[in-house]
Amino acid sequence: MNASAENAIRHGEGAPVAHKVTLVEAVNLALAREMANDDSVVVLGEDIATNGGVFRATVGLKERFGYKRVMDTPLAENLIAGTAVGMATQGLKPVAEFQFMGFIYAGCEQIISHAARMRNRTRGRLHCPLVYRAPFAGGIHAPEHHSESTEALFAHVPGLRVVIPSSPQRAYGLLLAAIRNPDPVIFLEPKRIYRAVTQTVMDNGEALPLDTCFTLREGDDITLISWGASIMETLQAADRLAEQGVSAEVIDVATISPLDRETLLCSVAKTGRAVIVHEACRNGGVGAEVAASIAEGAFLDLQAPVVRVTGYDTVMPYYRNEQHYLPQVDDIVAAVEQVIAL
Amino acid sequence: MKDRYELTVDYVRYLNDAGEPLDELPALSADADRLLDAYRNMVLARTLDQKIIALQRTGKCGTYPSVLGHEVIGTAIGQCMERHDVFVPYYRDQATQLLRGVPMVNMLLYWGGDERGSAGWELCPQDLPISVPIATQCCHAVGIASAMRIRDEKRAVVVTLGDGATSKGDFLESVNLAGAWHLPVVFVVANNQWAISTPRGLQTGSETIAQKAVSGGLPGHIVDGNDYFAVSEAVEHALERAHGGKGATVIEAVTYRLGDHTTADDATRYRSADELRSAWDKDGIKRLQSYLHRAGHWDADKEKELQAHCRDKVDKAVHVYLEKAPEPPVAMVDYLFETLPAALAGQRERLARKVEGVRS
Repeated sequence: MNASAENAIRHGEGAPVAHKVTLVEAVNLALAREMANDDSVVVLGEDIATNGGVFRATVGLKERFGYKRVMDTPLAENLIAGTAVGMATQGLKPVAEFQFMGFIYAGCEQIISHAARMRNRTRGRLHCPLVYRAPFAGGIHAPEHHSESTEALFAHVPGLRVVIPSSPQRAYGLLLAAIRNPDPVIFLEPKRIYRAVTQTVMDNGEALPLDTCFTLREGDDITLISWGASIMETLQAADRLAEQGVSAEVIDVATISPLDRETLLCSVAKTGRAVIVHEACRNGGVGAEVAASIAEGAFLDLQAPVVRVTGYDTVMPYYRNEQHYLPQVDDIVAAVEQVIAL
Repeated sequence: MKDRYELTVDYVRYLNDAGEPLDELPALSADADRLLDAYRNMVLARTLDQKIIALQRTGKCGTYPSVLGHEVIGTAIGQCMERHDVFVPYYRDQATQLLRGVPMVNMLLYWGGDERGSAGWELCPQDLPISVPIATQCCHAVGIASAMRIRDEKRAVVVTLGDGATSKGDFLESVNLAGAWHLPVVFVVANNQWAISTPRGLQTGSETIAQKAVSGGLPGHIVDGNDYFAVSEAVEHALERAHGGKGATVIEAVTYRLGDHTTADDATRYRSADELRSAWDKDGIKRLQSYLHRAGHWDADKEKELQAHCRDKVDKAVHVYLEKAPEPPVAMVDYLFETLPAALAGQRERLARKVEGVRS
């Protein structure tokens, strides 16, 4: 963590300060900012207090906000998920960390059967203003169970929001929005780009909108739709395509559920072509929902079939082979060339 | 380091099956009004229960889990809790919920397939709705207790569960956290001997359920769940501890599920008529009634009057329930999120149009 960001986290608010930060540092900035703004925000998870989290996303928070609001929990993911539900029903805004998405499954009963349903099943008497954070996806040579992209599981659950940042600025603004949102949010952090780039982030407490795609680059010939770490390869593919004279619009979906179909359909209406890029396996992936939405809503605008560039429908390989699983720039460019040729 | 651990779990009962004191009764026995209120609540819970089962049998209510055999435990809990405490129930807690101000109409709505059953609850609006997925409510209870601890409040949580639920991680993980964080929680396990068709003996090799408390560093007590004095004393004591910052307690209240698991179950498939008959001999309502008679607080006329009063109250609630129109179908969309996401606006509109089409 760089000195200015660390200083901000340790010493708190004051005037908005510009920080050059990585994505994981932006997560930390957003947590510190909202904990300072709102006493009801608490943070819990395994190794998050004294150790500051295995990726250091929560470093400095315990020192600044105290052990009552920054809690190391016993090693039990189901308990973490359910404890957060209990806290949230009483008006706290817990931000619970799962150390890796591969370990979130033990908490699924709590997330699906309780967090996602509390408002609905009490007709608004109680609700769950909570955030479940988890580092996810591959590419860092991690052990087994540490690299999967299973965001579609949660996108399928009514009552949940699933939000995935793809840059430090969006991590900061979207996490603030997620914490302030009065309903449960699954906030998935692409750990491959936790420290890949730094960006200037204004620590001014300004949230970005949820339920909205971000158009990262405008273009006329094709719409490239992605989220998470794959945004990096998608942007690089767009650069390569520009050299070939193909103008690609790049959209970061960011909130994969509920899906901002309008932005996607408007873009496809303009370009007439779409390629969807995601790390998760293809079968039943969020790409399928995006493709179906385009087929339903923009069929007559399409000049070519919608194509997906995704992981394989396999178990995520151990890291020696993970590069062969992850969509590469070449794969995206090849898919676009195929679609443009039609 | 100790080289040997000894486990003691006490078992408490004050009345024999006939309602005669076995020992000196706890101080609360001097409060005749409290005893009479308790008895009335038990009878009301049972009257409501019989009515809901009848409604289900005639197609006017959905599948329903009977409270039969749990009325004493539920009533004792409801009486011991302060209003500002939080109750985290499962689905056989009608007796407690009546005392927590949940209207009977709401209970009827819930089992009658209407989400509004868990809405409102003005007396104790922080109480959780019934938890259907077994034992999951234990994690909510420790979360709520953590919130109280974070805010330095002198409140406590009572969570209930059945014997089967103590096999799940949710219970054990929550007991573990309650011990580690010294949380103001009371776990009341209504050990009714049966988890649908699985008997207590197959549920766990643990000699008692109360001793599972020890794994989390909590005290565990066993009480006769049909003994109003024993349950009341245990819950009162556990709540005193919780309110006083002394941590959590597990209470195993031993009773018997006198009814089927739910109206969809047929318990004659897996347990004997003899077993059921001898369980009825231990019925806690009858036991308290005998005690009240003997103590001069009760007689046949009062009983007759109470039965009529309960039937009347229940009938009135049933009438309101049956007259209540279902919610507009778009309610299924409207309560998912605080504000309707754009992605759902179209679906809401389609649903509303479809409903209109059906009506016109």
